[in-house]
Amino acid sequence: MKKKVAIFLVFVLTISLILVGCGPKETAGPAPADDVIRIGVFEPITGDNAAGGELEVEGAKLANQLYPTVLGKKVELVVVDNKSDKVEAANAASLLVEKEKVVAIIGSWGSSLSMAAGDIVKNAQIPAVAASATNPLVTLGNDYYFRVCFLDPFQGTVMANYAYNKLGAKKVAIIQEVSNDYAVGLAKFFTDAFVELTGDKEAIVAVSNYNTRDNDFSAQLQNIAAKNPDVIFAPGNFTESALIIKQARQQGIQIPFIGGDTWETPEFIDIGGEEVEGAVFSTFFTSETPITSESEVFLREYRAKYGKEPAAVTALGYDAYLVILAAIEKAGSADPVKIRDEIAKTTDFVGAAGMITLDANGDAIKSAVIKVVKDGEFKYQDTIEPTK
Amino acid sequence: MGHMTLDLFLQHLTNGISLGSLYALIAIGYTMVYGILRLINFAHGDIFMMAVYFSFFGVATFGMPWYAAFIVAIILTALLGMVVERAAYKPLRESPKVNILVSAIGASFLLQNLAVVIFGGRPKAFPTVKLLQEVMTIGSVTLQRLTLVIPVVTLTLLAGLLFLINNTKSGMAMRAVSKDHETAGLMGVDVNRTITLTFGIGSALAAVGAIMWGMKFPQINPTMGVIPGLKCFIAAVIGGIGNITGAVIGGFILGVGEIMLVAMLPSLTGYRDAFAFILLIVILLFKPTGIMGEKISEKV
Repeated sequence: MKKKVAIFLVFVLTISLILVGCGPKETAGPAPADDVIRIGVFEPITGDNAAGGELEVEGAKLANQLYPTVLGKKVELVVVDNKSDKVEAANAASLLVEKEKVVAIIGSWGSSLSMAAGDIVKNAQIPAVAASATNPLVTLGNDYYFRVCFLDPFQGTVMANYAYNKLGAKKVAIIQEVSNDYAVGLAKFFTDAFVELTGDKEAIVAVSNYNTRDNDFSAQLQNIAAKNPDVIFAPGNFTESALIIKQARQQGIQIPFIGGDTWETPEFIDIGGEEVEGAVFSTFFTSETPITSESEVFLREYRAKYGKEPAAVTALGYDAYLVILAAIEKAGSADPVKIRDEIAKTTDFVGAAGMITLDANGDAIKSAVIKVVKDGEFKYQDTIEPTK
Repeated sequence: MGHMTLDLFLQHLTNGISLGSLYALIAIGYTMVYGILRLINFAHGDIFMMAVYFSFFGVATFGMPWYAAFIVAIILTALLGMVVERAAYKPLRESPKVNILVSAIGASFLLQNLAVVIFGGRPKAFPTVKLLQEVMTIGSVTLQRLTLVIPVVTLTLLAGLLFLINNTKSGMAMRAVSKDHETAGLMGVDVNRTITLTFGIGSALAAVGAIMWGMKFPQINPTMGVIPGLKCFIAAVIGGIGNITGAVIGGFILGVGEIMLVAMLPSLTGYRDAFAFILLIVILLFKPTGIMGEKISEKV
């Protein structure tokens, strides 16, 4: 009897592992045939960042559907789930380079997750193109990591300018997700820019921390409100940020909230409800003013397929795929090192979310878009050009 | 450590008590199961998570009014708790303690992964209940009506549970089984039924906690049970595991302690979860039986 139970339990555990391990993966099994080129998609499909990951996967898949071949070979996407977890992210990246034998990787949403894969892609010499990872450290000192979006020093400046010029803020409080490299980095760049704008070293009146997956922010919010800031800057994951704003309003705190690109997920509005009305953040792209000829293709196809407006990171996931595809084309081979060299040379590439030119660090320099939550939707407000 | 006005202190205190009441409801489930089986039911946090999804689907998918959905969710969760006991614990009851502990961890992973597969990994928004979530101001304290309702519900359920254990036949059976399965069986107590009932009640209380948790923090995902599960286990140990009143006290200490830590020592806010674990270590070092642990006769 005992034995039977033990066997049953082993069985159940194995099945559950298999279900979850392979669930999100599109393809599994034998080594790639010669007529197929495999590109890895390295994204959070489950866990706290799942909504962001899914939006980027949508973009990569749409691009793959529209441009399914290169060098006369079929391109196959291999989606792996990094589970919104730094340790799992390293495992997922290893899986892509060692077992799945991909020639290039797209992703990940979330700078921390991308950074967890940094050494793995570098040592394996497989190029990776992040769609929306904005922390400078993702590409810094790593010849194999690129990105098709702007960086946080720029984003921090954009939001500091917004707070100072548009909202007339003199004093700002920050509430940051302290376990998230993206949030801490963006908070720092915002602080630098805001202190410079105001010329006041004390312009940031409070900095409060929280951890990923925290649910209760009441004490932090009360501490911040007691300092009477004009604006609260809250860089962090969309779920926690939505709860923060909700709880602030529920405790009678009416100070405006501003944030970063991670907010732009449907969940931010679903969870935040009417309390997130008026929240302002910077992001990469808006569907309201198409920038390039590729934007029009992307918007038309996306709307036809999904029947809704795309998020900025979806356009970037789409662009990451196109940049890799163009590099394979130019390299004339599926050799990862040659692909890497061609990605590094990307200049004036026409992407859905704007023109892409990669600099020596592998970073794109792009304009930022300001959006606001209005009537339960993300509405375009302004475009900010890069300073350089 | 800044100075704090009385108003601000009261605001923090209400927030803390409300959070602590939620911890308390979940901690009761841990402590009841430990009392009767000497087992840490690691799946308890995931049963809590399932309860949130049950009420979510009741309202969002089946369009039930919130109160009906909540009642159905509580019943389903109680059933789920009983099924987990029957499937994962009962067959191992006579084997070494470590086997059943491993089985509990397995049940926890199974529920979590099932939730990912069935409900998806993306977070969902818990339905709002206008009546309970309205914002109101009392004196200088601004809060949701829910913040006041939560402690009242917790204390009412605690009183009901204590009555059940001390004044009813089923309660007497529970007390007997917690002392000694075999002897209780010989005295004519239906041991299996009593243990199943214990799991049912513990899970139902977790479901009540889960529903109020969902309304307070309306973001639900398949791993949302992990941290509350761990913290409420700690609350149960602080209060003296096996003791129901202790679990409630432990929950309050943890909830108020967390809020006050963040409120009074803002530079330590990143260590909020660490606070719970440090408290656990301190209790285990200096008073391993917990605050109420010495009253062994009250064990369930």
